[in-house]
Amino acid sequence: MRHVLSALVINQPGVLAHISGMLASRAFNIDSLAVGETENPRYSRMTFVITGDDKVLDQVRKQLEKIVTVVTVLDYSGEEYVERDLMLIKVRTPTGKRSEVKELVDIFRGRIVDVSAEHVMIEISGQERKVVAFIEAVRPYGILELVRTGRIALMRESCMSSEPPSGT
Amino acid sequence: MPPKASKASTAKTQPHTQTLNGADILVEALVRCGGKSIFAYPGGASMPLHQALRRQRDNIRTILPRHEQGGGFAAQGVSRSSDNIGLCMATSGPGATNLVTAIADAKMDSVPLIAITGQVPQQVIGTDAFQETPIVEICRAVTKHHYLITAEDPNCPESVQKALRTIPRIVREAFFIARTGRPGPVLIDFPKNIQLAVLEGEIDWDVQPDLPGYNPEPRPVAQEQVRQVVAAIKRSRKPILYVGGGIINSGASEELTKFAKRSGIPVTMTVMGLGAFPGDDPQSLHMLGMHGTVYANYAINDADLLLALGVRFDDRVTGKLEEFAQHGKIVHVDIDASEMHKNKEAHFPVIGDVRDFLEKLNAEFSDDDKPQLDPWWTQINEWRERHPLTYRDAGDAILPQYAIEELWRQTRERDPFIAVGVGQHQMWAAQFFKFSKPKRWLSSSGLGTMGFGLPAAMGVQSEHPDSLVVDIDGDGSILMNIQELATLNCEKLPVKILLLNNQHLGMVVQWEDRFMEGRRAHTYLGPVDHPEWLGEGSGAFYEATYPNFVEIAKGFGLQARHVRSKQEFPAALAEMLASPGPYLLDVICPYQEHVLPMIPGGKTVRDIITE
Repeated sequence: MRHVLSALVINQPGVLAHISGMLASRAFNIDSLAVGETENPRYSRMTFVITGDDKVLDQVRKQLEKIVTVVTVLDYSGEEYVERDLMLIKVRTPTGKRSEVKELVDIFRGRIVDVSAEHVMIEISGQERKVVAFIEAVRPYGILELVRTGRIALMRESCMSSEPPSGT
Repeated sequence: MPPKASKASTAKTQPHTQTLNGADILVEALVRCGGKSIFAYPGGASMPLHQALRRQRDNIRTILPRHEQGGGFAAQGVSRSSDNIGLCMATSGPGATNLVTAIADAKMDSVPLIAITGQVPQQVIGTDAFQETPIVEICRAVTKHHYLITAEDPNCPESVQKALRTIPRIVREAFFIARTGRPGPVLIDFPKNIQLAVLEGEIDWDVQPDLPGYNPEPRPVAQEQVRQVVAAIKRSRKPILYVGGGIINSGASEELTKFAKRSGIPVTMTVMGLGAFPGDDPQSLHMLGMHGTVYANYAINDADLLLALGVRFDDRVTGKLEEFAQHGKIVHVDIDASEMHKNKEAHFPVIGDVRDFLEKLNAEFSDDDKPQLDPWWTQINEWRERHPLTYRDAGDAILPQYAIEELWRQTRERDPFIAVGVGQHQMWAAQFFKFSKPKRWLSSSGLGTMGFGLPAAMGVQSEHPDSLVVDIDGDGSILMNIQELATLNCEKLPVKILLLNNQHLGMVVQWEDRFMEGRRAHTYLGPVDHPEWLGEGSGAFYEATYPNFVEIAKGFGLQARHVRSKQEFPAALAEMLASPGPYLLDVICPYQEHVLPMIPGGKTVRDIITE
């Protein structure tokens, strides 16, 4: 089973290394991990995608909570939330094919962010299956390079501000 | 004692009137947090700290171990035997890496510890500077928390001043984190440029911890949960208390003993829990697990209710997990939420302080709730009579089990502290020395680090100068930190060493005998041209042993003697126990003894080996 966990962590050097090291040393499999500063520069938010049964998830969550620099951990499974992946992808555009690719980009609501004689660079975001579908759609033209971020997610209901719960 | 420095330089009572550098601030903060002694080995990157320790020598005793690992285990000796937190310090690079084993060991056994390492100046961190190692990176997985004291911009004076002002908070947080919740080790890595930076103006020593992600205060145990547990106890016919180090860490021994006495429920202890309940009490089934008593393991297997308090269902306790306590409901009380269901599913998980739980249990539990346990005790006593902890008669040879039992007989009135290395002697000590109080037994239990006993005993002795402290050690283990004999002598720490010398790595030999047809593979500790090297010796009594521990101990300035006759042993032991200084008694033992009973790893109580 796939779970999305969101953790508020203190934004300081070494936190990401600590967390990824803990996950690796306890042999937890992480499908995706994304991290970025929040509106409060003191904190970062990390989004994890983990595959495993409830027991694995329970351990991951509790082990994360034990790390001193981890403030809160929420499991989004079973909640209403929005999740997004971001991808940059360079697609070959042989003569005459550019407009076809552009059409696909429009259908997938992506953007062309760089153009050269031989290829275009496309920015696309959305749920993972959309991103994957786009990759398949443009594969026949020739993919030169691509890069994807980890998953980011937020719950629809406001339930976790970027302030610690105790307020101290 | 070194010659006294001039009064001016030792005056520390008014720290505000003299210049303080970063090292002074850290040492002062340690003192203010209650640090009374530190095991510190100097080097280039920690010299300013040692200068500061020298200035503060009236307030904090600095003990020079002879290896950083020894210093780390000595600091554990302080923590494990008292309510104070052990402190150790090393320089950068190799000094710091030598501390790693002691830090990892403290993490495994939930021992509070503060390790301070010098670090190369911030300006050269990351350049592979001389004696640079990224010790915080190395130690992340084996510390509860860690700090690297840095200035945002080491070349900006204001930034460095700001860094200096974080030191009192960091030290205070380190103490707080080490001792609260599930205790553990904290590392503070301290670059030399900040150590040497001089403070300008005042400093606030009372900065509050700033730890939004750390809430160690466990929720109070809910009364409803306690009532459920009482109901389960009342219904039970074969309950058992399975207790561990958590009882000792939370100071719950008295509450546990009170509850056990009132309810009549048998108590079995993990190796970390020895001393949580009086070992010579008839209700004690003693240790359980791989080398636990037959009756404790039978009782766990048959129990219909397991009260698992401050334990973590370690594989050395459970053997094959699926079959461990398979007939019983499990009540699991622990302060660490991640221990719930980690190895074994609990039917009644209680996350909280085990002392809080036991206090509420004692308040809730009435005589009407007392289960009918007569048939259960009849069964247990039958097992106990049929399979007592015992050992053979070996004529005039000194069996390690006998030596330990004799040590217990001779010292039981003296409330001694016992530290051990790792291996057969450790398990025999756990089996045959009965502890009546918590914090008297020091064993590297989770990590199983050979070489733990001698330095740990040294730390205990520094904390309890008037107590009897005995290191029961093996000839393999003691060599791993033999250099600390120098510390015993030079720091006037009168530790007594009962060395059970069988010339082999006994526990590995035992496994070779049981599982590898007795093929010796590097488990004989003498010269390679000796027939025992390949296990082809006669197995006879040794004429001469290697190395000569008596000469070694004497070389370090200890008193020492050999003993190889059972008849002579009690007097030799008494002589050691009566001596005023540190003493090593080299007890020559046969190596053919196995630690029994034994449940082979991953097996069940049905596979128990008793002979």
